[in-house]
Amino acid sequence: MASLSDTELAAMTQEERVKELGLTTEPLFGRSLLIEFNPDEEERFTYPWAPDVFYNKHEEVETDGLTTTELNNKLKEMMEEGVGTITIKNPRGMHSVGVGILNRLKLVIDGSLGYFAVGLIDGPNVHIKGRVGWSCGENMMSGTVVIDKNAGSTFGAAIRGGDLVCKGSVGSRTGIDMKGGTILVGGDTGALSGFMMQRGRMVVCGNAGKNLGDSMYDGTIYVGGEIQSCGVDAVEEELTDLDKAWLTRKLQQYGLMPDKGVDHFTKIVSGKMLWNYDNLEPSEKKLIL
Amino acid sequence: MCGIAGLIHKGKSSNVGSEMTAMLQALKHRGPDSTGYAVYGEPTAGDYVMRVKVAEREDMDRGRGIVDVLADRIATVEAILEEHEAVVKTKDEATPYALRYVITHSGDTEELARHIEETEGVEVLSMGNGLELIKDLGDAGEVAETYGLNEFNGTHAIGHTRMATESDVDIRSAHPYWAFPYNDVSVVHNGQITNYWIMRRQMERKGHRFMSNCDSELLAVYTADNLANGVELEESLKRSIQEIDGVFTYLVATKDQLGMAKDTMAAKPLVLFESDDLIAMASEEIAIRAILPHEIDTTDPYDEEVRVWQA
Repeated sequence: MASLSDTELAAMTQEERVKELGLTTEPLFGRSLLIEFNPDEEERFTYPWAPDVFYNKHEEVETDGLTTTELNNKLKEMMEEGVGTITIKNPRGMHSVGVGILNRLKLVIDGSLGYFAVGLIDGPNVHIKGRVGWSCGENMMSGTVVIDKNAGSTFGAAIRGGDLVCKGSVGSRTGIDMKGGTILVGGDTGALSGFMMQRGRMVVCGNAGKNLGDSMYDGTIYVGGEIQSCGVDAVEEELTDLDKAWLTRKLQQYGLMPDKGVDHFTKIVSGKMLWNYDNLEPSEKKLIL
Repeated sequence: MCGIAGLIHKGKSSNVGSEMTAMLQALKHRGPDSTGYAVYGEPTAGDYVMRVKVAEREDMDRGRGIVDVLADRIATVEAILEEHEAVVKTKDEATPYALRYVITHSGDTEELARHIEETEGVEVLSMGNGLELIKDLGDAGEVAETYGLNEFNGTHAIGHTRMATESDVDIRSAHPYWAFPYNDVSVVHNGQITNYWIMRRQMERKGHRFMSNCDSELLAVYTADNLANGVELEESLKRSIQEIDGVFTYLVATKDQLGMAKDTMAAKPLVLFESDDLIAMASEEIAIRAILPHEIDTTDPYDEEVRVWQA
């Protein structure tokens, strides 16, 4: 990828170009660049200081009597001992659990979490069997987070990568300021979802509240149900075959595929009437040509 | 930031005092400045419970003279009760500055409350057949112990942990607020009211009284104004979303109802649990889990959502 010249890039078709650049096969739209999470590409998601963990080394943690800090420190200690699969039992809505995990890990939450669950993570695969409060997955960099029940507001705020999945409904301002990655919602989302979204994709299988995608710079929102209203500069665009293929793959991956398929989804993108989009960085100009 | 909580048992009583204490203690990190309760016991026909504050807690640090001042104020309050032919059945003093009277009174309770509040430093915190409104500085554990709330049985309750942002750390700015002069109506709020002064002036011109500079008091006064005009609780909550600016989620309790309203931006949190016999709600799930430790399903009400539940 690094050795490609501008001339070589220009000679390629759009699809060839994004493949060569390690990006999605979706036609690029403005600055919508997306690097998909691939669990097989280990080195990309491993920090030099990250401990070697082994998925078949499994331990459980009881939260009784532990503060959030003590619990998160315990997780860190376990990962340093090579534990690769951790189950947290009975978390009772505790806040800030699993924040800042920067290495590969299978983390299972056997219950519900409160605010700021698994924020700032880069790499782990998290399964939350209950619900989560506000700001789950905030600033998430990579990995997967799957929540079986509902989530609160600002779900996936400023997310930059990975897959953040809520099988139930989420609150308001979902994906506010998101800069990459994918947010999947099995149910409904509240007002101002995708507010100031910059990149990435959001999929809502149910209904979306008012002012969807308000002031979005870029990125794509797909809604399967009713949209109460679109925000400023958020416009509808035709669903392409690539959109449908991507939606099908992602929704099937997490068991969220609606019975009636994906043809009925509405695609929302930025109208790009609010900002000056000519001021792209040179490297970004090269990518979108 | 502030934390709010509410619970209502359908068709039965429970120890709502200790339940609300557990919920508010779990929300302590949202506001450690003061804690308040509006708990609803079994209504007693003909009797009123009146909670009165005769001084702020900080006043107690102003030398020995305050003891005489409080004695004078309490004597004045009791003289006014006598003047209005209100018979005092019981009198309790949880603290030197907070009193609880159970009175038998057949006259106008608004007139009585207004007369009592003519006494300097005295505020009627609540009046009602079922409502008892308690608020003080400190966390829920301290307030519950001081006022004996852990033994309080009733049908429903709302509560508040306050982080003072718009006004002082004192009892008069603590929540809940009684919707003066409506017996048994109380309000807790999390948020900021941005048209507070405009609305306050409107309400003052209509004759409503404000006892603090806390924007949350406006919601109690606003509710009282609507009730005075025959508006039902649910309609009052709906109107408030259109007429009051700012970011807010608030709860209103009446003798047998509990209602919630969330502003148009849904900027302040509320998590809701509903079952056949119990409704519980709080700023954070951790408060609900303090009384329901088993796994439960909860939801977040959306923007402009209004709900009312019956006891």
